Amino acid sequence: MLEVEGLVKTFEGRHGGVVAVDGVSFTVEEGRLFSLLGPSGCGKTTLLRCVAGLERPDAGRIAVDGVTLFSATGGRFVPANRRELGMVFQSYAIWPHLSVFGNVAFPLVSRPRRRRPPKREVSARVGRVLEAVQLAELAGRPATDLSGGQQQRLALARALVTEPRLLLLDEPLSSLDLQLREEMRLELKRLQRELRVTSVYVTHDQLEALALSNMIGVMRGGRLEQVGRPRDVYTRPASRFVAGFVGSSNLFEGVVEAGGGDGHAVVRTAHGTLRARSETVAPGAAVLVVVRPEHVVLELDADDGDEGWRGVVVTRAYLGSAVDHVVAVGDVEVRSRGPVRAGTIRPGTQVRLRFEPGACTVAEADDAR
Amino acid sequence: MSDYATVPAVSDGRRPFASIAHPQLPVAAVTALVGFLVLTPLGYLLWRTFFDDGGVSLRYVREAYAVDGLGGMAWTSLLFAAGATALAMLIGVPLAWLIVRTDLPLRRTVLAVALLPLVVPGVLYTIAWIFLASPNAGLINSVAGAGTVDVFGLRGMIVVEAFHAVPLVLLLTAAALRSLDTSLEESALTAGASLPTVVRRITLPLLRPALLAAALVSMISALESFDVPALLGIPGDTWVFTARIFQALQRFPDGIALAGAYALPLLALTCAGAVLLASLTRRRRSYETVTGRGARGRPLPLGRSRWPVFAAVSLYVAIAIVLPMLALGWISTQPYLAAPSGDSLGRASLDGYRDVFDSSVTLRAFRNSLLLATAAATTTVAIGAVVAWFSVRSGVRGRRLADATAFLPLALPGLVLGAALLAFWLRAPWTIYGTLWLLLVAYVTRFLPYGLRTASAAMSQLGQDLEDAAHMSGASWWQTFRRVVLPLAGPGLLAGWIMVVVFAMRELSASIVLYAPGQEVLAVAIWNEFQNGSFRSVGALGVVVSVVSLVLVLAATLLFQRFGRQVSRARG
Repeated sequence: MLEVEGLVKTFEGRHGGVVAVDGVSFTVEEGRLFSLLGPSGCGKTTLLRCVAGLERPDAGRIAVDGVTLFSATGGRFVPANRRELGMVFQSYAIWPHLSVFGNVAFPLVSRPRRRRPPKREVSARVGRVLEAVQLAELAGRPATDLSGGQQQRLALARALVTEPRLLLLDEPLSSLDLQLREEMRLELKRLQRELRVTSVYVTHDQLEALALSNMIGVMRGGRLEQVGRPRDVYTRPASRFVAGFVGSSNLFEGVVEAGGGDGHAVVRTAHGTLRARSETVAPGAAVLVVVRPEHVVLELDADDGDEGWRGVVVTRAYLGSAVDHVVAVGDVEVRSRGPVRAGTIRPGTQVRLRFEPGACTVAEADDAR
Repeated sequence: MSDYATVPAVSDGRRPFASIAHPQLPVAAVTALVGFLVLTPLGYLLWRTFFDDGGVSLRYVREAYAVDGLGGMAWTSLLFAAGATALAMLIGVPLAWLIVRTDLPLRRTVLAVALLPLVVPGVLYTIAWIFLASPNAGLINSVAGAGTVDVFGLRGMIVVEAFHAVPLVLLLTAAALRSLDTSLEESALTAGASLPTVVRRITLPLLRPALLAAALVSMISALESFDVPALLGIPGDTWVFTARIFQALQRFPDGIALAGAYALPLLALTCAGAVLLASLTRRRRSYETVTGRGARGRPLPLGRSRWPVFAAVSLYVAIAIVLPMLALGWISTQPYLAAPSGDSLGRASLDGYRDVFDSSVTLRAFRNSLLLATAAATTTVAIGAVVAWFSVRSGVRGRRLADATAFLPLALPGLVLGAALLAFWLRAPWTIYGTLWLLLVAYVTRFLPYGLRTASAAMSQLGQDLEDAAHMSGASWWQTFRRVVLPLAGPGLLAGWIMVVVFAMRELSASIVLYAPGQEVLAVAIWNEFQNGSFRSVGALGVVVSVVSLVLVLAATLLFQRFGRQVSRARG
């Protein structure tokens, strides 16, 4: 549905060019929500603005529904106001001089005269979309009277009123407080799935990306580091960066001892061996193994002589829904997260670490970047 | 001004606006326009000064400075400008701080009254002081005994110029103070610093760029000032550049060349000031990150000194504002200059006002001034809005040049501009001399910087997202400008418009050179009446002008506030 190919965008800085987007390609299928996830400055917003038509890329191609919106080689650039896309801005960009109704009606009444719907249809469509975001009773209010959450819904309604082919969302929840953000996250998901509107969602919040997306693209330094379903990105990060950015994780460097044909490899690390999921690694290769804290189980040390991972609890933290422990294993610290009912272990206690089967993943070997 | 300034305008500062093909064009156009408006007449003036009978000649320069040494006149000019600036800062800065930051009683009223001289033409204010403090017949002297005060000469010039400059300093300082986050001061207080320490170590350093700018503006305007030096300086034989230029212009046919000779060093001085001011404004941006939102805290308590301070402020207001206005009012009822007494009260009448409204000349002056002021304000703000939008929104190369060019007219004294335009249009193949168009050209040139400044201030407060959202909604460039940018920048643009109207209504120095009979503007009419010795008419005309200007400004301000409130409701 949306195709982005080899997109490059450079900004002229005081000290030469800064490459914000560096050869990015991805596609989003009809009705799906694609997240661009990455730290600030990784180029995700610039990429979104290129798709929107608010920036003119230097190279590459952008097409929606098979229609080319931008092509560097074809010399084609459809300006933002002709792309017929919907966009929600991080600041909401609610026009303070218009009412709630006026804000939502704007995209309809700004159309060229022959495509402008009649007044009655405008109010019907605005009413429908305001109904969908539960703002119908506030239509006559000045837009600036709305609370943060309501402004967010208003921005969404304005982006949706034209029934755009593609909805672009630039960190739409980041200015809300925590509770409201969780609420709106579910709301947004419900709306997106109900309307089946193809969406690109930019965020730096991994939880948002995991909860909302059909697909996630993790960005770093202007490039897509990994593209995959939320579960894959979380459980099988492709690199140290992805592992670190999407959820906290334990990383162990090691050497492959035996590559099993069953999709698993045995990896020897400085602290013991691990059985990790892996498709293709040859024995002898240096690799990085990722283990999520919730897959590290602590047991009080029975001292039964069993070969395995042993360590000493350094700190523990009660999180309400879970308990975190930090365990010193040799010179590294391993994080473990367990259910509250499993109880907590006093710092200083000797423990044995068990990794749940299938929970360890081999990420890329030489993480040069 | 508006509250939606919290959204950062542009993330990377200068993003070429994607959907516009040639954003350089408008910026280049305005640079060319200002260049044409300022440089053509100026070039012609220089040519008239240095070329004579087909060859280069220093005849006029020699003649000009044979009268009075260049050194002496330059020294007097600088002394006058520096003195007036120092005094205006000394009064204006503490006054602004008291009004914005402390619990001074009646501070809103004090602010309104202290700003009154802004709407009063300088020539009127100066004449009011002559009525009050001329050594023989001045009202103060006839009450307190002859020779108590003397308004003529350098000291009188400095005081009157300073009094008239205080509102400008007050406005600029108050604006800077308002944008200063009070939590910066409050955190210093919590750190254990005393109030004077906070003012000295935190407030003043943060305000320094704004204060320097205010001082420079007041310095330049004192150097360019014409009414005070001409009315108070020449009778006291104290000559500054502008007075000499004016005197030279009275002489025909080669007065213009002589005026050019006097104008050169003055131009050098004001240009230096304007360049300094421009670089200061650019550097000031680094401070804006500090000031940002301008959260308002509680006013600082003055404690026991609250009423003594209020008394001091009231004394200033009484002397600098109430007294001159009362003097004008009194004179307007008297057939000749006389102190209030039983006899003079018996002679009081309203005949002066009847004369004002009977005279076709004064009525025409009203009409001309209103026409010119609204036309000049509309033109400059319209140009300013378009140019400011491009220069704020697009990363166009050369907008520095456009910015700098826009500052140029600030350095051009009204008299010099008048002389230059006169030199140009008297010789042009077809001429607008003898029409109001010439005055309009002069006004637009003089006030373009104000239109540009206020417009770019209003534009830079608009978040880029608000416009991007309109683009994403399918709005074209023009729809976005008309339906989003203009309504949101409206209050700021209106404020700029009011400012230019006020300045244009006061304008004297360019008009007095350029007007032909039939095109008198208000300040010129007042000047002429005064030169004719009809003091009663001056008083009556002065009162009417002050009241009309005040009503205009009040009406515009009310409109502005209502409009502004509607728009600038806080987000979220």
